[in-house]
Amino acid sequence: MKKIVFKRPESLKKEPFRYCPGCGHSLIHRLIAECIDSFGIRGKTIGIAPVGCAVFAYDYFNIDMIECAHGRPPAVATGIKRTRPDKIVFSYQGDGDLAAIGTAEIIHAANRGENISVFFINNANYGMTGGQMAPTTLLEQYTSTTRSGRKPEIHGYPLRIAELLSTIEGTSFVIRTAVNSHKNLMNTKRAIEKAFRYQIEDRGFSLVEILSQCPVGWKMSPEDSLKWVDETMSKIFPLGVYKDKFKEAD
Amino acid sequence: MAKIVAVTGNEAVANALRQVNPDVCAAYPITPQTDMMQRFSGFVSDGKVKTEIILVESEHSSMSACVGASAAGGRVITATSSQGLALMNEILYIASGTRLPIVMPVVNRALSAPLNIHGDHSDAMGARDSGWIQLWSENAQEAYDNTIQAFRIAEHMDIRLPVMICLDGFIISHSIERIEYLEDEQVQNFVGEFKQLYPLLDLAHPVSYGPLILPDYYMEFRKAQAEVNTKVPEVVLDVAADFEKISGRKYGLFETYRLEDAEIGIVILNSAAGTTKDVIDEFRNKGIKAGLLKPRLYRPFPYVETGEALKHLKALCVLDRADSFGSSFSPVYMDIASSLYPYNDKPILINKIYGLGGRDYLPEHAEIVLNELIDIAETGNVKSYKEYIGVRE
Ligand SMILES: Cc1ncc(C[n+]2csc(CCOP(=O)(O)OP(=O)(O)O)c2C)c(N)n1
Ligand code: SF4
Ligand SMILES: [Mg+2]
Repeated sequence: MKKIVFKRPESLKKEPFRYCPGCGHSLIHRLIAECIDSFGIRGKTIGIAPVGCAVFAYDYFNIDMIECAHGRPPAVATGIKRTRPDKIVFSYQGDGDLAAIGTAEIIHAANRGENISVFFINNANYGMTGGQMAPTTLLEQYTSTTRSGRKPEIHGYPLRIAELLSTIEGTSFVIRTAVNSHKNLMNTKRAIEKAFRYQIEDRGFSLVEILSQCPVGWKMSPEDSLKWVDETMSKIFPLGVYKDKFKEAD
Repeated sequence: MAKIVAVTGNEAVANALRQVNPDVCAAYPITPQTDMMQRFSGFVSDGKVKTEIILVESEHSSMSACVGASAAGGRVITATSSQGLALMNEILYIASGTRLPIVMPVVNRALSAPLNIHGDHSDAMGARDSGWIQLWSENAQEAYDNTIQAFRIAEHMDIRLPVMICLDGFIISHSIERIEYLEDEQVQNFVGEFKQLYPLLDLAHPVSYGPLILPDYYMEFRKAQAEVNTKVPEVVLDVAADFEKISGRKYGLFETYRLEDAEIGIVILNSAAGTTKDVIDEFRNKGIKAGLLKPRLYRPFPYVETGEALKHLKALCVLDRADSFGSSFSPVYMDIASSLYPYNDKPILINKIYGLGGRDYLPEHAEIVLNELIDIAETGNVKSYKEYIGVRE
């Protein structure tokens, strides 16, 4: 008898991912879909698609989704959750979306302790518009708007969102993970699960920052981009739990 | 000597900005403008300009940074499209109300929702009452030429207002055309040294920008702003005359095409005017007196001159690449209707909406409209005053 060991999660549509080869977005989509399946919440989960490479998230997730203006998902999520508190609401946001144009929204949704789950995809550049510098770009990193590398005197420093949000009293669970190895993928999946579980248990605001490879924006092979996450990116953006208000209670 | 090149609209405008070499540029990417500012940031990295570039976190901030830089006494640029222009909206009014001569190419794109990255004019139409001067461009050459002239218009001592240069997203921004570049030195001489007017932190002449003005003086301020607008057309024409001397290319407040003896006519902005002119030639070959008017200076709108140029027609259609939801007709139609209102003898005026969100405007669309106008001119009967064309029902 044939045993099925690997199948498409029900929360993903039968739609091939159109991300670049080696892109982290497709892995993260799958992990989120697996978690929605395992909680059995597909019928009551509402997702928010960002403006960014994941703009077509609604083509892939087999749930109801809303597309909103660049950077505004946390405010839209707030509106949805306050109207339908029985639903599970998550926003899926890039670093341009969340850490540049939408910095105000994320800080205030976090500060209000909104009972939502935020998946923050940090790939250290604006992938969609052609690899420009983001606030999360590393020093010396080449981007299409920092051709001699990012210089702190003119461009400032990489913005550390997990660290920043963990200082805000309203947040419950803040973690940084990556998707460049099997181990990191499993950690990311556990983090996504926890973010959903906290929401289901009414425990308030969670943010999972995920370091995500963007081989095209970084001008690297997919393989090198995996190494770059380990060797360079996670030195500036260390992985780990930054806040867990309910740790003891678990 | 002019240099002939094959470049995209974005590349042409970026090159104009390089030739001007402004003091400050605040940039934030958005399709289809992105590649213009990216090229410009390349000029900064390569030391081709001495511009201070600020990579900000949103368009609300880019326009705010422009306001600061301009008030501080710099020659300032940015560029945007669509959602970016919409997000700037609050600051657009502050830039014009503060009389800051900021220059901004706008690569026209549709607005959300639904999300769409392709060309239409809804973005700039949303800013048409913001107090900015708007110059519209049919092709890459006009976008390049308008960008250079924009600095002279914005910085004119009688004007000091911000200018946006509109060009069609993708159709012009991303298509390669043959265009003529001026020499760097010609452009430099043409725009001249930037002249500061009341810069901040001039201890001998202290100023406050944008102060609170309550009912006691607010209306006087607004009336003065309206009066400045009346001076713009003359300055635009003077600048165009100087520009013709160095380029050989002629610009007016609008362009007319076979309009003088025409009986039927079309008013249309930007790239679609090119397609329409070809179709007008075909109709002329058949002996039909058709003509076209393409607005260039759309804000402030030269309604007297426009009305004069159109009043002799029997039937006229305004084709608009944007609608004005809830109002009677589309934006350009309403301006044309106002410009014709004073005349007793005037054309029958109809309105078509075309090309939204990048929908193709084809020669056959112009043909359908011209045939309808022939019919209206002959019979005086109008089937529909406002209609969407090229749309599935
Ligand atoms: C108001 C506004 N400004 C600019 C844009 C253009 N824009 C679209 S996606 C994007 C950057 C997205 O980067 P990020 O959020 O990091 O997502 P990634 O593509 O890297 O996953 C920008 C600037 C927009 N859509 N709206
Ligand atoms: S540009 Fe980067 S983030 Fe976007 S799909 Fe390609 S690899 Fe992924
Ligand atoms: Mg990104």
